[in-house]
Amino acid sequence: MQSSAVTKRDMSFSQLRGEQMSQATGSEQTPKIRIRNLDFFYGSFQGLKHINLDIHEGMVTAFIGPSGCGKSTLLRTLNRMYDLYPGQRATGEILLNGKNVLDPDQDVNALRAKVGMVFQKPTPFPMSIYENIAFGVRLYESLSRADMDNRVEWALRKAALWDEVKGKLNQSGLSLSGGQQQRLCIARGVAVKPEVLLLDEPTSALDPISTAKVEELVHELKSEYTIAIVTHNMQQAARVSDYTAYMYLGELVEFGLTDEIFIKPKRKETEDYITGRFG
Amino acid sequence: MIDSSALYRKRARTNRIALVLSMVAMGVGMGFLAWILIVLLYKGVGALSLSLFVQPTPAPGSEGGLSNAIIGSAMMVGAATFIATPIGILAGIYLSEYGRKGWLAPATRFINDILLSAPSIVIGVFIYTVYVAQVQHFSGWAGSLALTLIAIPVVVRTTENMLNLVPASLREAAAALGAPRWKVVLHVVLRAAKAGVLTGILLALARVSGETAPLLFTALNNQFTSVDLNAPMANLPVVIFQFAMSPYENWNSLAWGGAVIITFGVLCLNIVVRTLFRKKI
Repeated sequence: MQSSAVTKRDMSFSQLRGEQMSQATGSEQTPKIRIRNLDFFYGSFQGLKHINLDIHEGMVTAFIGPSGCGKSTLLRTLNRMYDLYPGQRATGEILLNGKNVLDPDQDVNALRAKVGMVFQKPTPFPMSIYENIAFGVRLYESLSRADMDNRVEWALRKAALWDEVKGKLNQSGLSLSGGQQQRLCIARGVAVKPEVLLLDEPTSALDPISTAKVEELVHELKSEYTIAIVTHNMQQAARVSDYTAYMYLGELVEFGLTDEIFIKPKRKETEDYITGRFG
Repeated sequence: MIDSSALYRKRARTNRIALVLSMVAMGVGMGFLAWILIVLLYKGVGALSLSLFVQPTPAPGSEGGLSNAIIGSAMMVGAATFIATPIGILAGIYLSEYGRKGWLAPATRFINDILLSAPSIVIGVFIYTVYVAQVQHFSGWAGSLALTLIAIPVVVRTTENMLNLVPASLREAAAALGAPRWKVVLHVVLRAAKAGVLTGILLALARVSGETAPLLFTALNNQFTSVDLNAPMANLPVVIFQFAMSPYENWNSLAWGGAVIITFGVLCLNIVVRTLFRKKI
């Protein structure tokens, strides 16, 4: 436990920053996701502390910070992934299109259909490439065979994978290389046409060429989707994102336009981290 | 140099000892298995003939085969596997996927483990008491039920273990698409663990096809060919048991033949099922 004085200072600090941020971004269109006073607990351990943040529509927001700082945790609150595990809970508000997704009456499956997620390690399902994509689509749409074929092709093209797999759609998704598997997972996420796409270190298990492909993809996808990406790679955050959030020990230290964060960060801690003096 | 240091030599020596010990353990296991198979083939292959498969069990000294016992065993083992598979898989799914909290899953797991190690004769006596004694006659159904009770815990245990091996990331990935829990389990988790779950079923099948004690109390035996599960039924293990203990040479030979049939029947079924399932993804 921290002393109450420290907690209090931190609290007011994040709240202050939250307000600054709303002011700074308030002039633009309403954000896709507004996070207000979000706290997250793994049992009695507090993983996130008073997070206030806006994620903007059609933009890429990157989350950076050292391991264990809560960036993945934050991402996992946005689609309530944590619900799968007893003992994990979140308080505060996460407003998606103005509706609080943390409400107990929120249908989590419907939420996850709107807020897709791609994980660190490629996780193709043990089925064919075609079925990997069709599985998610079938959950919420009943398409004719031809429409489904089109949707699968569309998703695979979006994920820049179509040319590599078009001749072997009936082969197992597990037969693909690591980079292809990850793009398959992105295609799977895109195929259900979510509004938001959460990418949790999507390239950390990939080689540089596959990484470049995934980054290009993020660029292309952002015109249609709101994207939040967690990354350990600061160059990646600088390359792909419009906004960057620096987190440390469960707190949001600094949030702003990526160019500003990387060129003239307001806070000393952020500067130390992105210049490699810390972390 | 590294390779002349005392520590390195000690480590290399330990490595050699561990290697030798594990090779010896493997050799003992494989040796006995080979011995069993060789004796079985040596004694049993002579008994294999067409009549073994088409003629029913004979009187002492006359010609005959094991057709009634083969049919009876196939029916009872088939029925037991058919009943035990869905129950066992569903219970395994419950234990692995749904029983994360509360007391029911640990209690079920504990009882299942007890059942798993229960002597099969106890199961036989149990079915005798609650079923055979009530309806006043031995029957194929009673035999199937006893075998089912033996097969279920095997399927439950292996299914749970295999589902637990499926990484949580796969469940998360499916849930992240908005799939409800049961679809995640049925379409993704179970599919990922398919080979292991299948192994559990085959293991249960192999286990029950050799069980003798529970059938003695339930299906008993039948000298004639019968496909009526409501009547006493011939079966390979009990026939082997009776014929092998008998003083008649032709019965002894048939017992060896029956042992070969069970062993290679299970082996062939294993191979067939595995090849069939490998073709699909």
